[in-house]
Amino acid sequence: MTAPVALVARDIEAGYEPGLPIVKGATITVGHGEIVALLGPNGAGKSTLMKAIAGLVPISRGAVLLGDVDITRTAAHRMVRRGLAFVPQTENVFTTMSVEENLVLAGHIAPAGTRAARVAAMLALFPDLARQRRLAAGRLSGGQRQMLAVARALMIEPSVLMLDEPSAGLSPKLVGEVFAKLSEIRASGVTILLVEQNARAALAIADRAYILADGRNRHEGAAAALAADPDIAAHYLGLGGADAGVGGRIAP
Amino acid sequence: MIDLLGYGAFFLVNALIFGVLCLGLNLQWGQTGLFNVGVAGFAAIGAYASAILTTPEAAERIGGFGWPILAGWLAAMLIAGAAAALVGLATLRLRADYLAMTTFGIAVTIQVVALNATALTGGPFGIAFIPRPFASLAETPIAFNAANLALTAAVVLGLFLVLETLTRSPWGRVLRAIREDEAAAASLGKSVNFYRLQAFAFGGAIMGLAGAMQAHFIGFIAPDNYLSILTFQVWAMLIVGGSGNNRGALIGAVVVWALWSLSSLAVGTFVAPAFQARAAALQIVAIGMALAVILLVRPRGLVGERATVSRDVEALHDEGAPAHEPVRD
Amino acid sequence: MSLQFLADGLFAGALIGLGAVGLTLTYSILRFSNFTHGDFISWGAYLALGVVSALTGWIGPAARFMPFSFGWPLIVGGLFAMALTGLLALALDAALFKPLRRTGHGIVMVIASFGASLALRAMLEFLFTSEPAYFSRAIQIAIPIGFGIRVTPDQAAMMGLALVVVIAMHLLLTRTHIGRSMRAVSENPALARVVGIDVAAVIRATWLIGGALACVSGIMLGLTVQIRPQMGFDLLLPLFAAAILGGIGSVWGAIIGGLIVGIAEAGAVQVIGSEYRSAVAFVLLIAMLLVRPRGLFGVREG
Repeated sequence: MTAPVALVARDIEAGYEPGLPIVKGATITVGHGEIVALLGPNGAGKSTLMKAIAGLVPISRGAVLLGDVDITRTAAHRMVRRGLAFVPQTENVFTTMSVEENLVLAGHIAPAGTRAARVAAMLALFPDLARQRRLAAGRLSGGQRQMLAVARALMIEPSVLMLDEPSAGLSPKLVGEVFAKLSEIRASGVTILLVEQNARAALAIADRAYILADGRNRHEGAAAALAADPDIAAHYLGLGGADAGVGGRIAP
Repeated sequence: MIDLLGYGAFFLVNALIFGVLCLGLNLQWGQTGLFNVGVAGFAAIGAYASAILTTPEAAERIGGFGWPILAGWLAAMLIAGAAAALVGLATLRLRADYLAMTTFGIAVTIQVVALNATALTGGPFGIAFIPRPFASLAETPIAFNAANLALTAAVVLGLFLVLETLTRSPWGRVLRAIREDEAAAASLGKSVNFYRLQAFAFGGAIMGLAGAMQAHFIGFIAPDNYLSILTFQVWAMLIVGGSGNNRGALIGAVVVWALWSLSSLAVGTFVAPAFQARAAALQIVAIGMALAVILLVRPRGLVGERATVSRDVEALHDEGAPAHEPVRD
Repeated sequence: MSLQFLADGLFAGALIGLGAVGLTLTYSILRFSNFTHGDFISWGAYLALGVVSALTGWIGPAARFMPFSFGWPLIVGGLFAMALTGLLALALDAALFKPLRRTGHGIVMVIASFGASLALRAMLEFLFTSEPAYFSRAIQIAIPIGFGIRVTPDQAAMMGLALVVVIAMHLLLTRTHIGRSMRAVSENPALARVVGIDVAAVIRATWLIGGALACVSGIMLGLTVQIRPQMGFDLLLPLFAAAILGGIGSVWGAIIGGLIVGIAEAGAVQVIGSEYRSAVAFVLLIAMLLVRPRGLFGVREG
């Protein structure tokens, strides 16, 4: 029996330092097979929320459920075993390793007999990478690197795939390619949660979206409805008018 | 009683000379975050420089210029400071670890030179007959030790006041800003490396002065005085006293030197001569472990840094240990 | 000038290289220059000596593998000692470095390692005094191998051992999961965790491997020269120089750096005499930092 939803993060408070939460009580729910976008102005805490779910930022309040398993306190390196994959925004491949080594390394938790087949499947899914399999990942182009990061995440056959700004630094054409690939991946049954600055591209493929501001939920709804609301588009998504800029960028 | 007073003065002179070394290290590490594992090397440079310049002419080696002691001290500062500036020029722009390796290397190299450049340094036998301040009082040890204590205390006090003034000056604030957040200091338009170089060179000069003071007080130097144990003692003193704090550096020097002298005394008194070498080794083990425990339990030392300096003493050059790597927005 | 210095330099270089491999691994994964690495070398040699003495005391002296000076007790003892040295490194990490890592200040670990290095060395002096010890009193006859070069059978065996160890390390890093994980953690610890690598386990493996490699250098040095509490500490500067020369994190770089340092030292002995041998490593270190701080094969800028 499957749980009703793929991922729930309930009333999350999280931050790098105790007493200084960046996420201040945010709740999101992702259904099986959905693509859900996490949007909001700079400094809204959306990336931090995603990293908190991935186990990289300490959670001081709230709970994260993957299916019906509580993963609130699960160590980051155990998340892949639970079926949760995460693609960071930058530095998301090992640049000194070859494309193939990146995939093999990520596939180590799969049963020994299936790893080679899994690598082959990824190279089939991303033909560009297949041609460069022996190349050091640091020498790939930006778009190829992003594809490798996604392929690496898919090595573990995740139930939920989380991506932090997959469009960052890519040309519009490449953004289109990456997002088309994400739709393809969702069609194969993988649930996707993504954080995006590029709200237009994200809403185009997402089913639903959450808008965060100042570490809290601000709006949520069907992607099409949010994109159609001129007020929201102008204030939170930078789609029209000036960025409302709730708070500045969080200083690192 | 008189003997005890004399010994007390003798002990304090030694402890305060260590205090000078500590003040130098505190300027480099405590104030500026520059790691130096070659304290012994800079002390050796100062000691040998002053010894070579001030000793009377000797047939078997170069030097023996018979300079006055004060001139020897100043030359010691100048030469040790220049050596520190050279090391700094080569490594300050790199990671902190490289400075550690280089300063370690210079200490080893100076040791090798002291041991082998016999024509200059006297080789393994070192240099003797280094003029001692108040040598005319040497007949009455208590007067001699008391006079030297007064001189040493005056130097320490003067240096302490200079360093305290510098710490509070805009220059000192820039150093701490660099230590706390290099990027922020650089964005203020301060030439980070030049400030670090100044601090490192001045710290090296202070160590050179300490080396010279010790050489002149004892009257004799040999390469064995400048092994890595000396560097280690100075570090232990600074850590115990609390880095970033000049007063702490001096207190640490006296406390650690007292512990060291007492345990040496105990080893000498209670351990049979055949086992003294082993007991001395155990003494080093104990001090090494004590340092580790202090680092673990009281990383800011016994006195610690005062509030003028912001809270995190060791923050500079934090490369982020793997288990701790923050992943940021 | 005889070419003998080349052979001597190659041998010393192999030994330095092996030590530098361990140093470069711990540096690139734990991110601090570990001053105790030299003392792991000394401890490795004494541990091997201890196990060998225990073995021969227990079952009596064993026959030598002619023409070498050692027999199977050294091989068994060496393997034991490698494990023990690895455990020593692991224990030091658990007691000292791990708690300091939690506070996150890399350079404090260097100070701590400097203190621990002194304590480890003094502990050896306490246990064994500073008198040199030997694996064997057997006199080795150096055999001419042409070009006026002579090597002892032990030296040849140790060169072979060094080669085997380096190839094994290369295979470990490129063909096994733990090896790839070590490379991953050294490049990007945060991403390594995301990929599912247990960084704590990788750190443990690194200490074990680094300690074991240090032990091998200690045995090589002990077998061909002598065993002293200071032996590893005296090697520390050449180790740093080799690791920097080769580029931090590069195994082959560390070996080649070691060979360069070894041959340069041997060459300098020919030219300026043996007194200044230990300064050669320092000159190479400074020169490399000035010219190319990331080393010959380094991937990261310092």
